Amino acid sequence: MPALPLDEAGKYVAGAYVVFVALILIYVAILGAKIARIAREIDEMASEK
Amino acid sequence: MIRSASAILRKDLRLEARTKESVPAMLLFSVTAFVLFHFGLDRDSLDGELASGVLWVTLLLASVIGVTRLFAAEREQGGIDGLLLSPADRTGLFLAKAAALFVYLALVELVALPAFTLLLLGPGLQPELLLILLLANLGLASVGALVSALASEGRARELVVPLMLLPLLTPLLIAAAGATEPLFSGDGGPEDLGRWLGLLSLYDLVFVLLSVAVFDYLLDD
Amino acid sequence: MTYARGLKPLSIATVVATVVGFALVFFYAPVDADQGFVQKIFYVHVPMAIVALCGFVAGGLMAIKHLRSRDPSWDMRSYVAIHMSIILGLGVLITGAIWAKASWGHWWVWDEPVLVSFLVVFLLYCVYYPLRFSIEDPERQARASSVFAIAAGAFVPINFAAVRLAESFTHPRVLSQTGGDLPGEMRLTFLVCLAAMALLFVTLWKLELTSKHAAMSLKRLRTRLAAAPS
Repeated sequence: MPALPLDEAGKYVAGAYVVFVALILIYVAILGAKIARIAREIDEMASEK
Repeated sequence: MIRSASAILRKDLRLEARTKESVPAMLLFSVTAFVLFHFGLDRDSLDGELASGVLWVTLLLASVIGVTRLFAAEREQGGIDGLLLSPADRTGLFLAKAAALFVYLALVELVALPAFTLLLLGPGLQPELLLILLLANLGLASVGALVSALASEGRARELVVPLMLLPLLTPLLIAAAGATEPLFSGDGGPEDLGRWLGLLSLYDLVFVLLSVAVFDYLLDD
Repeated sequence: MTYARGLKPLSIATVVATVVGFALVFFYAPVDADQGFVQKIFYVHVPMAIVALCGFVAGGLMAIKHLRSRDPSWDMRSYVAIHMSIILGLGVLITGAIWAKASWGHWWVWDEPVLVSFLVVFLLYCVYYPLRFSIEDPERQARASSVFAIAAGAFVPINFAAVRLAESFTHPRVLSQTGGDLPGEMRLTFLVCLAAMALLFVTLWKLELTSKHAAMSLKRLRTRLAAAPS
């Protein structure tokens, strides 16, 4: 298996880790949005009541 | 349980004989696929792994047709309400449906294999093929019945069946095609047959047991 | 049902483990003699794969508990575990492709039985969503999903064995990075990364369960408020 020069290999490695971090962050962001919506609905209910 | 299972089986076979919904479609699909492969691969005859692969992939895709229709009658006409009795009867229902699918597959293979030999196969058929077919049909039938029941619970049956059935059948395909390949090669020599048959048997064992165990929880209206 | 219990220490542990893991990968683990710097992908790709597969199997086990207890909270746990494993699975396939491209020049190779069998497993679990959401009645939806989760969970090891068997005939296995002996520093780094990935999975799993549970409780409260005269 060829050993790529450091700068070329570095791009691929960085790409892989970026994919990983991006997946996590997107997931957390979506979760955060859901929680924000729940919090908003609770506030609405509290003020309605 | 055996009695209700055989009753359901007989009803299904009689229905299929009358309406001819599954077997002719599966058969026609298989033969058409062989013709397509002739054109697509631009080959007059196949042998070895190519022949084995074409045969098994075609059979698997054809089985999707049968699996999609397996619980169709019950779902569409509400016949399933009449069938819902004790858990033993539900297991009997599974056995009946799997047996019916087994019979359909066997009927299709009875005609499709000679067609395959005629159209595409270089070397001839060998008797060991029967054993491979038997084990493969067993796995196909039980997994097919399970998938059919699962997919029939929802509205998207025709979408869900192929998406669920084909990945689940991958180990079966690997084993069946692997076992068949030396049979279709000129030099033969089924040395690895035992290993592939072992894998097939393991697959069958796990999925028959699993389907029987889990089937009670479906159709629990 | 307080899913949020233990969430804070878990999150802290996850962050610590992840940071330590990354540091080990880039500052401690030696560069591989054969594959060079590219081999570092192994520390994120393989833990993701292992955790995803365990997540699928765990989802199956939780589904068994759901069917036996008829408690819908087990179905929710199973659903979230499978849902997250599918996302991780996407990451496995992408990082696997990047690794393949960097190592062998192709975006996909059939040589790695783990990657290949993972593709099949991933394709299978993709049907989880259409299956679930094609069934309207919530009880039947949960039950059908659990049945699928169990069948698919049992399928994972069998599929791996089958693909391994197939590949061993066509591509005799040269020592691949996923098995074999790792030198001490690499092994430590790998284990830390594996632990970090597992912690991450459990933390996010709890987080999503908390969120889902809150949403459901809110809905129930809402109907109760609407029904009761003020």
